[in-house]
Amino acid sequence: MTLALTQPFIEFAFMRRALVGCLALSLGAPPIGVFLMLRRMSLMGDAMSHAILPGAAIGFLIAGLSLPAMSLGGFVAGFAVALAAGLVARSTVLREDASLAAFYLVSLALGVLIVSVKGSNIDLLHVLFGTVLALDDAALILVAAIATVSLVLLAIIYRPLVVECFDPQFLRSVSRASSPTHLLFLVLVVLNLVAGFQTLGTLLAVGIMLLPAITARFWAEDVSSMIVVAVAAAFAASLAGLLLSYHTSVPTGPAIILLSGAVYLLSILVGTKGGLVWQLIPRKHLEA
Amino acid sequence: MSTEAPAIGFHDLTLGYDRHPAVHHVSGAVGRGELLALVGPNGAGKSTLLKGIMGEVKPLGGVIDLHGLSRRDIAYLPQQIDIDRSFPISVFDSVGLGLWREIGIFGGFDAQRKRAMAGALAGLGLLDLAHRAIGSLSGGQLQRVLFARLMLQDARLILLDEPFRAIDTQTVADLMTLIARWHGEGRTIIAALHDIEQVRAHFAKTLILAREVVAWGETRKVLSPANLAKARALLEAFDTHAEICARGEERERQPA
Repeated sequence: MTLALTQPFIEFAFMRRALVGCLALSLGAPPIGVFLMLRRMSLMGDAMSHAILPGAAIGFLIAGLSLPAMSLGGFVAGFAVALAAGLVARSTVLREDASLAAFYLVSLALGVLIVSVKGSNIDLLHVLFGTVLALDDAALILVAAIATVSLVLLAIIYRPLVVECFDPQFLRSVSRASSPTHLLFLVLVVLNLVAGFQTLGTLLAVGIMLLPAITARFWAEDVSSMIVVAVAAAFAASLAGLLLSYHTSVPTGPAIILLSGAVYLLSILVGTKGGLVWQLIPRKHLEA
Repeated sequence: MSTEAPAIGFHDLTLGYDRHPAVHHVSGAVGRGELLALVGPNGAGKSTLLKGIMGEVKPLGGVIDLHGLSRRDIAYLPQQIDIDRSFPISVFDSVGLGLWREIGIFGGFDAQRKRAMAGALAGLGLLDLAHRAIGSLSGGQLQRVLFARLMLQDARLILLDEPFRAIDTQTVADLMTLIARWHGEGRTIIAALHDIEQVRAHFAKTLILAREVVAWGETRKVLSPANLAKARALLEAFDTHAEICARGEERERQPA
Protein backbone atom coordinates (compact mmCIF):
# COMPACT_ATOMS: atom_id res chain seq x y z
CA MET A 1 0.00 0.00 0.00
CA THR A 2 2.71 2.45 1.05
CA LEU A 3 4.63 1.36 -1.99
CA ALA A 4 1.74 2.27 -4.26
CA LEU A 5 1.83 5.76 -2.73
CA THR A 6 5.56 6.39 -2.89
CA GLN A 7 6.94 4.15 -5.61
CA PRO A 8 5.85 6.32 -8.59
CA PHE A 9 7.66 9.32 -7.15
CA ILE A 10 10.78 7.32 -6.22
CA GLU A 11 10.99 5.66 -9.57
CA PHE A 12 10.13 8.42 -12.04
CA ALA A 13 11.60 11.90 -12.24
CA PHE A 14 8.64 13.19 -14.24
CA MET A 15 6.33 12.21 -11.38
CA ARG A 16 8.52 14.09 -8.88
CA ARG A 17 8.52 17.14 -11.15
CA ALA A 18 4.77 16.92 -11.55
CA LEU A 19 4.38 16.69 -7.79
CA VAL A 20 6.60 19.71 -7.13
CA GLY A 21 4.78 21.71 -9.80
CA CYS A 22 1.35 20.83 -8.44
CA LEU A 23 2.31 21.55 -4.84
CA ALA A 24 3.77 24.94 -5.80
CA LEU A 25 0.58 25.71 -7.68
CA SER A 26 -1.48 24.54 -4.69
CA LEU A 27 0.41 26.95 -2.46
CA GLY A 28 -0.14 30.05 -4.60
CA ALA A 29 -3.51 29.68 -6.27
CA PRO A 30 -6.02 28.62 -3.56
CA PRO A 31 -5.48 31.72 -1.35
CA ILE A 32 -6.29 33.87 -4.40
CA GLY A 33 -9.37 31.69 -4.92
CA VAL A 34 -10.49 32.37 -1.34
CA PHE A 35 -10.54 36.10 -2.06
CA LEU A 36 -12.24 35.61 -5.44
CA MET A 37 -14.96 33.66 -3.64
CA LEU A 38 -15.32 36.22 -0.83
CA ARG A 39 -15.57 39.03 -3.39
CA ARG A 40 -18.22 37.05 -5.30
CA MET A 41 -15.92 36.99 -8.28
CA SER A 42 -15.66 33.19 -8.56
CA LEU A 43 -16.83 33.14 -12.15
CA MET A 44 -14.46 35.96 -12.99
CA GLY A 45 -11.57 33.54 -12.46
CA ASP A 46 -13.09 31.28 -15.06
CA ALA A 47 -13.52 34.11 -17.54
CA MET A 48 -9.97 35.29 -16.97
CA SER A 49 -8.60 31.83 -17.65
CA HIS A 50 -10.10 31.96 -21.14
CA ALA A 51 -8.76 35.46 -21.68
CA ILE A 52 -5.19 34.19 -21.36
CA LEU A 53 -5.41 32.02 -24.47
CA PRO A 54 -4.66 34.52 -27.29
CA GLY A 55 -1.58 35.83 -25.46
CA ALA A 56 -0.25 32.33 -25.03
CA ALA A 57 -1.05 31.65 -28.69
CA ILE A 58 0.74 34.76 -29.90
CA GLY A 59 3.73 33.78 -27.78
CA PHE A 60 3.57 30.36 -29.43
CA LEU A 61 3.42 31.96 -32.90
CA ILE A 62 6.48 34.07 -32.26
CA ALA A 63 8.68 31.63 -30.39
CA GLY A 64 7.17 28.18 -30.90
CA LEU A 65 6.43 25.99 -27.90
CA SER A 66 8.48 28.31 -25.70
CA LEU A 67 7.49 28.61 -22.08
CA PRO A 68 8.65 32.19 -21.34
CA ALA A 69 7.06 33.58 -24.51
CA MET A 70 3.74 31.82 -23.94
CA SER A 71 3.66 32.75 -20.24
CA LEU A 72 4.46 36.39 -20.89
CA GLY A 73 1.88 36.50 -23.67
CA GLY A 74 -0.71 34.87 -21.43
CA PHE A 75 -0.01 37.31 -18.63
CA VAL A 76 -0.22 40.36 -20.88
CA ALA A 77 -3.47 39.18 -22.51
CA GLY A 78 -5.09 38.27 -19.19
CA PHE A 79 -4.12 41.52 -17.51
CA ALA A 80 -5.18 43.59 -20.54
CA VAL A 81 -8.63 41.98 -20.51
CA ALA A 82 -9.03 42.51 -16.75
CA LEU A 83 -7.92 46.12 -17.01
CA ALA A 84 -10.05 46.91 -20.06
CA ALA A 85 -13.10 45.35 -18.40
CA GLY A 86 -12.49 47.41 -15.26
CA LEU A 87 -12.05 50.64 -17.22
CA VAL A 88 -15.20 50.12 -19.29
CA ALA A 89 -17.17 49.28 -16.13
CA ARG A 90 -16.01 52.47 -14.42
CA SER A 91 -16.60 54.80 -17.37
CA THR A 92 -19.81 53.45 -18.95
CA VAL A 93 -23.17 52.03 -17.86
CA LEU A 94 -21.92 48.43 -18.13
CA ARG A 95 -21.33 46.45 -14.96
CA GLU A 96 -17.95 44.76 -14.56
CA ASP A 97 -19.31 41.25 -15.19
CA ALA A 98 -20.89 42.25 -18.52
CA SER A 99 -17.84 44.10 -19.80
CA LEU A 100 -15.55 41.26 -18.67
CA ALA A 101 -17.74 38.71 -20.47
CA ALA A 102 -17.53 40.77 -23.66
CA PHE A 103 -13.76 41.10 -23.53
CA TYR A 104 -12.96 37.53 -22.57
CA LEU A 105 -15.20 36.10 -25.31
CA VAL A 106 -13.41 38.21 -27.91
CA SER A 107 -10.11 37.16 -26.41
CA LEU A 108 -11.02 33.47 -26.37
CA ALA A 109 -12.20 33.50 -30.01
CA LEU A 110 -9.02 35.27 -31.02
CA GLY A 111 -6.94 32.67 -29.18
CA VAL A 112 -8.68 29.68 -30.75
CA LEU A 113 -8.38 31.34 -34.18
CA ILE A 114 -4.63 31.93 -33.83
CA VAL A 115 -3.93 28.44 -32.56
CA SER A 116 -6.03 26.73 -35.24
CA VAL A 117 -4.60 28.74 -38.13
CA LYS A 118 -0.99 28.46 -37.11
CA GLY A 119 -0.62 25.47 -34.85
CA SER A 120 -1.58 21.82 -34.90
CA ASN A 121 -4.35 20.25 -32.84
CA ILE A 122 -1.72 18.77 -30.55
CA ASP A 123 -0.51 22.28 -29.66
CA LEU A 124 -4.05 23.40 -28.95
CA LEU A 125 -4.54 20.45 -26.63
CA HIS A 126 -1.32 21.34 -24.82
CA VAL A 127 -2.53 24.87 -24.17
CA LEU A 128 -6.05 23.84 -23.23
CA PHE A 129 -5.19 20.89 -21.02
CA GLY A 130 -1.60 21.48 -19.92
CA THR A 131 1.32 19.11 -19.72
CA VAL A 132 1.69 18.28 -16.06
CA LEU A 133 3.72 15.13 -16.72
CA ALA A 134 6.19 16.96 -18.94
CA LEU A 135 7.28 19.89 -16.78
CA ASP A 136 10.87 20.95 -17.52
CA ASP A 137 13.15 22.98 -15.24
CA ALA A 138 12.04 26.30 -16.67
CA ALA A 139 8.38 25.44 -16.07
CA LEU A 140 9.05 24.36 -12.50
CA ILE A 141 11.02 27.52 -11.75
CA LEU A 142 8.25 29.64 -13.25
CA VAL A 143 5.51 27.95 -11.23
CA ALA A 144 7.56 28.12 -8.02
CA ALA A 145 8.50 31.76 -8.62
CA ILE A 146 4.87 32.70 -9.20
CA ALA A 147 3.82 30.89 -6.01
CA THR A 148 6.49 32.80 -4.07
CA VAL A 149 5.65 36.20 -5.52
CA SER A 150 1.98 35.46 -5.04
CA LEU A 151 2.29 34.66 -1.32
CA VAL A 152 4.54 37.64 -0.59
CA LEU A 153 2.34 40.07 -2.49
CA LEU A 154 -0.77 38.66 -0.85
CA ALA A 155 0.80 39.17 2.58
CA ILE A 156 1.50 42.79 1.67
CA ILE A 157 -2.01 43.61 0.43
CA TYR A 158 -3.81 41.30 2.88
CA ARG A 159 -5.35 43.92 5.14
CA PRO A 160 -6.59 46.35 2.47
CA LEU A 161 -7.84 43.38 0.44
CA VAL A 162 -9.89 42.10 3.39
CA VAL A 163 -11.36 45.57 3.95
CA GLU A 164 -11.96 46.01 0.21
CA CYS A 165 -14.07 42.83 0.30
CA PHE A 166 -15.83 43.60 3.59
CA ASP A 167 -16.50 47.34 3.37
CA PRO A 168 -15.05 48.99 0.23
CA GLN A 169 -16.68 52.33 1.04
CA PHE A 170 -14.84 52.47 4.34
CA LEU A 171 -11.51 51.65 2.71
CA ARG A 172 -12.00 54.46 0.20
CA SER A 173 -12.82 56.86 3.04
CA VAL A 174 -9.67 56.14 5.07
CA SER A 175 -7.05 55.29 2.49
CA ARG A 176 -5.99 55.52 -1.12
CA ALA A 177 -5.08 51.84 -1.15
CA SER A 178 -8.35 50.73 -2.74
CA SER A 179 -7.48 50.93 -6.44
CA PRO A 180 -3.85 49.72 -6.14
CA THR A 181 -5.08 46.79 -4.04
CA HIS A 182 -7.67 45.84 -6.65
CA LEU A 183 -5.08 46.08 -9.44
CA LEU A 184 -2.47 44.00 -7.58
CA PHE A 185 -5.14 41.43 -6.83
CA LEU A 186 -5.97 41.18 -10.55
CA VAL A 187 -2.25 40.75 -11.27
CA LEU A 188 -2.19 37.87 -8.78
CA VAL A 189 -5.23 36.22 -10.38
CA VAL A 190 -3.67 36.38 -13.83
CA LEU A 191 -0.22 35.27 -12.59
CA ASN A 192 -1.63 32.20 -10.91
CA LEU A 193 -3.72 31.32 -13.94
CA VAL A 194 -0.57 31.54 -16.06
CA ALA A 195 1.19 29.24 -13.60
CA GLY A 196 -1.82 26.95 -13.77
CA PHE A 197 -1.95 26.70 -17.53
CA GLN A 198 1.57 25.22 -17.67
CA THR A 199 0.43 22.33 -15.57
CA LEU A 200 -3.33 21.98 -15.88
CA GLY A 201 -4.09 23.95 -19.03
CA THR A 202 -6.13 27.15 -19.43
CA LEU A 203 -9.43 25.33 -18.99
CA LEU A 204 -8.64 23.61 -15.71
CA ALA A 205 -6.16 26.08 -14.17
CA VAL A 206 -8.99 27.90 -12.50
CA GLY A 207 -10.12 24.64 -10.87
CA ILE A 208 -7.16 24.36 -8.52
CA MET A 209 -7.70 28.02 -7.62
CA LEU A 210 -11.40 27.89 -6.85
CA LEU A 211 -12.50 24.39 -5.86
CA PRO A 212 -10.29 24.17 -2.73
CA ALA A 213 -11.23 27.75 -1.82
CA ILE A 214 -14.95 27.07 -2.09
CA THR A 215 -14.45 23.85 -0.14
CA ALA A 216 -12.76 25.81 2.66
CA ARG A 217 -15.95 27.81 3.28
CA PHE A 218 -17.44 24.62 4.78
CA TRP A 219 -14.59 24.12 7.25
CA ALA A 220 -13.39 27.53 8.44
CA GLU A 221 -14.94 30.71 9.79
CA ASP A 222 -12.28 33.34 9.23
CA VAL A 223 -10.22 34.29 6.21
CA SER A 224 -6.82 33.06 7.41
CA SER A 225 -8.11 29.59 8.39
CA MET A 226 -9.95 29.40 5.07
CA ILE A 227 -6.65 29.96 3.28
CA VAL A 228 -4.97 27.19 5.30
CA VAL A 229 -7.81 24.74 4.62
CA ALA A 230 -7.86 25.65 0.91
CA VAL A 231 -4.11 25.05 0.53
CA ALA A 232 -4.37 21.75 2.42
CA ALA A 233 -7.26 20.60 0.22
CA ALA A 234 -5.33 21.54 -2.92
CA PHE A 235 -2.24 19.64 -1.66
CA ALA A 236 -4.31 16.55 -1.00
CA ALA A 237 -6.10 16.69 -4.35
CA SER A 238 -2.80 17.19 -6.22
CA LEU A 239 -1.10 14.24 -4.59
CA ALA A 240 -4.12 11.96 -4.91
CA GLY A 241 -4.73 13.08 -8.49
CA LEU A 242 -1.18 12.28 -9.54
CA LEU A 243 -1.37 8.83 -7.96
CA LEU A 244 -4.77 8.11 -9.46
CA SER A 245 -3.52 9.17 -12.86
CA TYR A 246 -0.38 7.01 -12.51
CA HIS A 247 -2.17 3.83 -11.41
CA THR A 248 -5.20 4.03 -13.69
CA SER A 249 -3.68 5.85 -16.68
CA VAL A 250 -6.30 8.62 -16.70
CA PRO A 251 -5.15 12.16 -17.66
CA THR A 252 -3.57 13.93 -14.69
CA GLY A 253 -5.06 17.44 -14.88
CA PRO A 254 -8.69 16.32 -14.94
CA ALA A 255 -7.92 13.73 -12.23
CA ILE A 256 -6.63 16.44 -9.87
CA ILE A 257 -9.59 18.73 -10.50
CA LEU A 258 -12.11 15.89 -10.24
CA LEU A 259 -10.66 14.89 -6.88
CA SER A 260 -10.89 18.54 -5.73
CA GLY A 261 -14.50 18.34 -6.83
CA ALA A 262 -15.01 15.16 -4.82
CA VAL A 263 -13.63 16.88 -1.71
CA TYR A 264 -16.00 19.77 -2.39
CA LEU A 265 -19.03 17.47 -2.69
CA LEU A 266 -18.05 15.70 0.52
CA SER A 267 -17.68 19.05 2.27
CA ILE A 268 -21.15 20.17 1.22
CA LEU A 269 -22.43 17.15 3.12
CA VAL A 270 -20.24 16.91 6.20
CA GLY A 271 -18.47 20.30 6.43
CA THR A 272 -18.50 21.53 10.03
CA LYS A 273 -19.62 25.05 9.02
CA GLY A 274 -23.04 24.57 7.48
CA GLY A 275 -22.69 21.08 6.00
CA LEU A 276 -26.03 19.56 5.01
CA VAL A 277 -25.79 16.52 7.30
CA TRP A 278 -25.68 18.73 10.40
CA GLN A 279 -28.86 20.46 9.29
CA LEU A 280 -30.66 17.13 9.10
CA ILE A 281 -29.74 15.98 12.60
CA PRO A 282 -32.36 17.39 14.98
CA ARG A 283 -30.62 19.21 17.81
CA LYS A 284 -32.29 21.13 20.64
CA HIS A 285 -31.87 24.88 20.62
CA LEU A 286 -29.68 26.62 23.16
CA GLU A 287 -30.51 28.71 26.19
CA ALA A 288 -29.20 31.95 24.62
CA MET B 1 -23.99 81.19 12.23
CA SER B 2 -21.18 80.19 14.50
CA THR B 3 -18.85 82.94 15.54
CA GLU B 4 -15.95 80.48 15.78
CA ALA B 5 -13.61 79.67 12.93
CA PRO B 6 -15.43 77.69 10.25
CA ALA B 7 -14.75 73.98 9.68
CA ILE B 8 -16.42 73.85 6.29
CA GLY B 9 -17.41 76.60 3.90
CA PHE B 10 -19.79 76.21 0.95
CA HIS B 11 -19.45 78.83 -1.77
CA ASP B 12 -22.31 78.79 -4.28
CA LEU B 13 -22.05 74.99 -4.24
CA THR B 14 -23.96 72.87 -6.74
CA LEU B 15 -23.69 69.09 -6.58
CA GLY B 16 -25.53 66.64 -8.75
CA TYR B 17 -25.68 63.70 -11.07
CA ASP B 18 -25.81 63.83 -14.88
CA ARG B 19 -25.98 67.66 -14.80
CA HIS B 20 -29.17 67.52 -12.67
CA PRO B 21 -28.45 69.40 -9.46
CA ALA B 22 -29.25 67.57 -6.21
CA VAL B 23 -27.80 70.41 -4.15
CA HIS B 24 -28.29 73.79 -5.78
CA HIS B 25 -26.34 77.02 -5.15
CA VAL B 26 -25.66 76.45 -1.45
CA SER B 27 -23.53 78.97 0.39
CA GLY B 28 -22.72 79.12 4.07
CA ALA B 29 -20.35 77.84 6.71
CA VAL B 30 -20.33 75.18 9.42
CA GLY B 31 -18.50 76.40 12.51
CA ARG B 32 -15.75 74.36 14.14
CA GLY B 33 -17.14 72.19 16.92
CA GLU B 34 -20.70 72.72 15.71
CA LEU B 35 -23.42 70.05 16.06
CA LEU B 36 -25.51 70.54 12.94
CA ALA B 37 -28.68 68.70 11.96
CA LEU B 38 -29.36 68.38 8.25
CA VAL B 39 -33.12 68.18 7.67
CA GLY B 40 -35.29 67.97 4.58
CA PRO B 41 -37.67 65.70 2.67
CA ASN B 42 -36.45 62.61 0.81
CA GLY B 43 -34.54 63.70 -2.26
CA ALA B 44 -33.59 67.03 -0.71
CA GLY B 45 -29.88 66.43 -1.30
CA LYS B 46 -28.85 65.67 2.29
CA SER B 47 -26.87 62.57 1.37
CA THR B 48 -25.43 64.27 -1.69
CA LEU B 49 -24.18 67.18 0.42
CA LEU B 50 -22.42 64.75 2.79
CA LYS B 51 -20.95 62.82 -0.14
CA GLY B 52 -19.79 66.13 -1.57
CA ILE B 53 -17.92 66.90 1.66
CA MET B 54 -16.34 63.42 1.47
CA GLY B 55 -15.32 64.07 -2.14
CA GLU B 56 -17.40 61.18 -3.46
CA VAL B 57 -19.50 63.56 -5.56
CA LYS B 58 -17.65 66.29 -7.44
CA PRO B 59 -19.18 69.80 -7.56
CA LEU B 60 -20.99 70.80 -10.76
CA GLY B 61 -20.26 74.33 -9.66
CA GLY B 62 -18.97 76.27 -6.68
CA VAL B 63 -16.51 75.20 -4.02
CA ILE B 64 -16.38 73.25 -0.76
CA ASP B 65 -13.66 74.68 1.48
CA LEU B 66 -12.56 72.22 4.17
CA HIS B 67 -10.19 74.75 5.74
CA GLY B 68 -7.22 72.42 5.78
CA LEU B 69 -9.08 69.28 6.85
CA SER B 70 -8.12 66.34 4.68
CA ARG B 71 -10.25 63.32 3.93
CA ARG B 72 -8.35 61.46 6.63
CA ASP B 73 -9.72 63.84 9.25
CA ILE B 74 -13.31 62.99 8.32
CA ALA B 75 -15.25 60.00 9.60
CA TYR B 76 -18.29 59.17 7.50
CA LEU B 77 -21.22 56.88 8.17
CA PRO B 78 -23.12 56.52 4.89
CA GLN B 79 -26.83 55.84 4.68
CA GLN B 80 -26.49 52.99 2.21
CA ILE B 81 -23.78 50.96 3.85
CA ASP B 82 -21.93 48.82 1.37
CA ILE B 83 -20.92 46.19 3.92
CA ASP B 84 -20.83 42.52 2.96
CA ARG B 85 -22.47 41.06 6.04
CA SER B 86 -21.70 37.50 4.98
CA PHE B 87 -17.98 38.28 5.11
CA PRO B 88 -16.20 36.18 7.75
CA ILE B 89 -14.94 38.89 10.11
CA SER B 90 -15.48 39.33 13.85
CA VAL B 91 -16.97 42.32 15.63
CA PHE B 92 -13.59 42.91 17.30
CA ASP B 93 -11.70 43.04 13.98
CA SER B 94 -14.24 45.24 12.24
CA VAL B 95 -14.24 47.75 15.10
CA GLY B 96 -10.42 47.72 15.00
CA LEU B 97 -10.54 49.04 11.43
CA GLY B 98 -11.41 52.39 13.01
CA LEU B 99 -7.73 52.64 13.95
CA TRP B 100 -6.73 52.54 10.25
CA ARG B 101 -5.29 56.06 10.36
CA GLU B 102 -2.80 54.85 13.01
CA ILE B 103 -2.13 51.29 11.89
CA GLY B 104 -2.39 51.59 8.10
CA ILE B 105 -1.60 48.48 6.11
CA PHE B 106 1.11 46.96 8.29
CA GLY B 107 0.68 48.33 11.82
CA GLY B 108 -0.11 45.90 14.62
CA PHE B 109 -2.55 46.10 17.50
CA ASP B 110 -0.36 46.78 20.53
CA ALA B 111 -1.62 46.79 24.12
CA GLN B 112 -2.59 50.46 24.00
CA ARG B 113 -4.61 50.04 20.81
CA LYS B 114 -6.28 46.93 22.18
CA ARG B 115 -7.29 48.95 25.22
CA ALA B 116 -8.74 51.63 22.97
CA MET B 117 -10.69 48.95 21.09
CA ALA B 118 -11.96 47.40 24.31
CA GLY B 119 -12.99 50.89 25.46
CA ALA B 120 -14.95 51.50 22.27
CA LEU B 121 -16.61 48.09 22.49
CA ALA B 122 -17.52 48.65 26.14
CA GLY B 123 -18.79 52.17 25.41
CA LEU B 124 -21.33 50.72 22.99
CA GLY B 125 -22.23 47.63 25.03
CA LEU B 126 -20.56 45.28 22.57
CA LEU B 127 -18.03 43.51 24.82
CA ASP B 128 -20.05 40.29 24.93
CA LEU B 129 -20.34 40.27 21.16
CA ALA B 130 -16.64 40.93 20.43
CA HIS B 131 -15.94 37.50 18.96
CA ARG B 132 -19.22 37.06 17.11
CA ALA B 133 -19.22 37.19 13.32
CA ILE B 134 -20.63 40.37 11.77
CA GLY B 135 -23.22 38.30 9.93
CA SER B 136 -24.84 37.17 13.19
CA LEU B 137 -25.66 40.69 14.41
CA SER B 138 -29.02 42.44 14.36
CA GLY B 139 -29.43 45.76 12.57
CA GLY B 140 -29.13 47.74 15.80
CA GLN B 141 -26.06 45.80 16.92
CA LEU B 142 -24.39 46.43 13.56
CA GLN B 143 -25.09 50.14 13.94
CA ARG B 144 -23.39 50.02 17.36
CA VAL B 145 -20.39 48.34 15.71
CA LEU B 146 -20.21 51.11 13.11
CA PHE B 147 -20.38 53.75 15.86
CA ALA B 148 -17.61 51.99 17.79
CA ARG B 149 -15.50 52.11 14.64
CA LEU B 150 -16.32 55.81 14.18
CA MET B 151 -15.29 56.40 17.78
CA LEU B 152 -11.85 54.87 17.16
CA GLN B 153 -11.41 56.93 14.01
CA ASP B 154 -11.01 59.90 16.36
CA ALA B 155 -11.95 62.30 13.53
CA ARG B 156 -12.29 66.07 13.80
CA LEU B 157 -15.25 66.08 11.45
CA ILE B 158 -17.96 63.41 11.67
CA LEU B 159 -20.65 62.99 9.01
CA LEU B 160 -23.66 60.81 9.87
CA ASP B 161 -26.21 60.04 7.18
CA GLU B 162 -29.52 58.91 8.74
CA PRO B 163 -27.73 57.09 11.57
CA PHE B 164 -30.94 56.11 13.38
CA ARG B 165 -32.96 54.43 10.65
CA ALA B 166 -34.74 51.30 11.88
CA ILE B 167 -33.03 51.50 15.27
CA ASP B 168 -34.88 50.98 18.57
CA THR B 169 -35.26 53.84 21.07
CA GLN B 170 -32.73 52.48 23.58
CA THR B 171 -30.04 52.23 20.91
CA VAL B 172 -30.91 55.70 19.59
CA ALA B 173 -30.59 57.09 23.12
CA ASP B 174 -27.18 55.42 23.59
CA LEU B 175 -25.89 56.62 20.23
CA MET B 176 -27.24 60.14 20.86
CA THR B 177 -25.31 60.21 24.16
CA LEU B 178 -22.16 59.29 22.25
CA ILE B 179 -22.79 62.05 19.69
CA ALA B 180 -23.23 64.55 22.55
CA ARG B 181 -19.91 63.38 23.98
CA TRP B 182 -18.16 63.87 20.62
CA HIS B 183 -19.68 67.35 20.52
CA GLY B 184 -18.28 68.00 24.00
CA GLU B 185 -14.85 66.95 22.77
CA GLY B 186 -14.96 69.77 20.23
CA ARG B 187 -15.55 67.67 17.13
CA THR B 188 -17.64 69.05 14.29
CA ILE B 189 -20.65 66.84 13.59
CA ILE B 190 -23.15 66.99 10.75
CA ALA B 191 -26.05 64.52 10.91
CA ALA B 192 -28.76 64.05 8.30
CA LEU B 193 -31.96 63.24 10.21
CA HIS B 194 -35.68 63.03 9.63
CA ASP B 195 -37.00 62.94 13.21
CA ILE B 196 -37.82 66.61 13.82
CA GLU B 197 -38.46 66.14 17.57
CA GLN B 198 -35.04 64.54 17.98
CA VAL B 199 -33.42 67.47 16.18
CA ARG B 200 -35.25 69.93 18.44
CA ALA B 201 -34.11 68.05 21.54
CA HIS B 202 -30.44 67.53 20.74
CA PHE B 203 -29.16 69.80 17.96
CA ALA B 204 -28.44 73.48 18.45
CA LYS B 205 -28.09 74.26 14.76
CA THR B 206 -30.20 73.07 11.84
CA LEU B 207 -29.95 73.36 8.08
CA ILE B 208 -33.16 72.70 6.19
CA LEU B 209 -32.30 71.62 2.69
CA ALA B 210 -34.60 71.14 -0.29
CA ARG B 211 -31.94 71.16 -2.99
CA GLU B 212 -31.49 74.77 -1.94
CA VAL B 213 -31.04 76.17 1.52
CA VAL B 214 -34.53 76.76 2.96
CA ALA B 215 -33.31 77.93 6.34
CA TRP B 216 -30.07 77.66 8.29
CA GLY B 217 -29.36 78.69 11.86
CA GLU B 218 -30.62 78.22 15.42
CA THR B 219 -32.78 75.10 15.51
CA ARG B 220 -35.69 76.71 17.41
CA LYS B 221 -35.93 79.53 14.85
CA VAL B 222 -35.32 77.41 11.77
CA LEU B 223 -37.66 74.49 12.45
CA SER B 224 -40.87 76.41 11.87
CA PRO B 225 -43.90 74.84 10.17
CA ALA B 226 -43.60 77.47 7.45
CA ASN B 227 -40.01 76.50 6.64
CA LEU B 228 -40.81 72.76 6.60
CA ALA B 229 -43.78 73.35 4.28
CA LYS B 230 -41.60 75.49 2.04
CA ALA B 231 -39.05 72.66 1.83
CA ARG B 232 -41.72 70.20 0.69
CA ALA B 233 -43.09 72.65 -1.89
CA LEU B 234 -39.65 73.38 -3.33
CA LEU B 235 -38.90 69.73 -3.88
CA GLU B 236 -42.10 69.05 -5.80
CA ALA B 237 -40.82 71.33 -8.55
CA PHE B 238 -38.32 68.77 -9.89
CA ASP B 239 -38.33 68.53 -13.68
CA THR B 240 -36.48 65.84 -15.66
CA HIS B 241 -36.45 68.09 -18.73
CA ALA B 242 -35.10 71.08 -16.87
CA GLU B 243 -33.55 74.02 -18.69
CA ILE B 244 -29.94 74.98 -18.16
CA CYS B 245 -29.62 76.91 -14.91
CA ALA B 246 -29.22 80.62 -15.65
CA ARG B 247 -28.34 81.83 -12.20
CA GLY B 248 -25.21 83.92 -12.47
CA GLU B 249 -21.99 83.63 -10.58
CA GLU B 250 -22.55 87.03 -9.01
CA ARG B 251 -25.55 85.77 -7.03
CA GLU B 252 -24.55 85.45 -3.39
CA ARG B 253 -27.02 83.68 -1.18
CA GLN B 254 -27.31 84.82 2.43
CA PRO B 255 -28.23 81.94 4.76
CA ALA B 256 -31.30 82.53 6.85
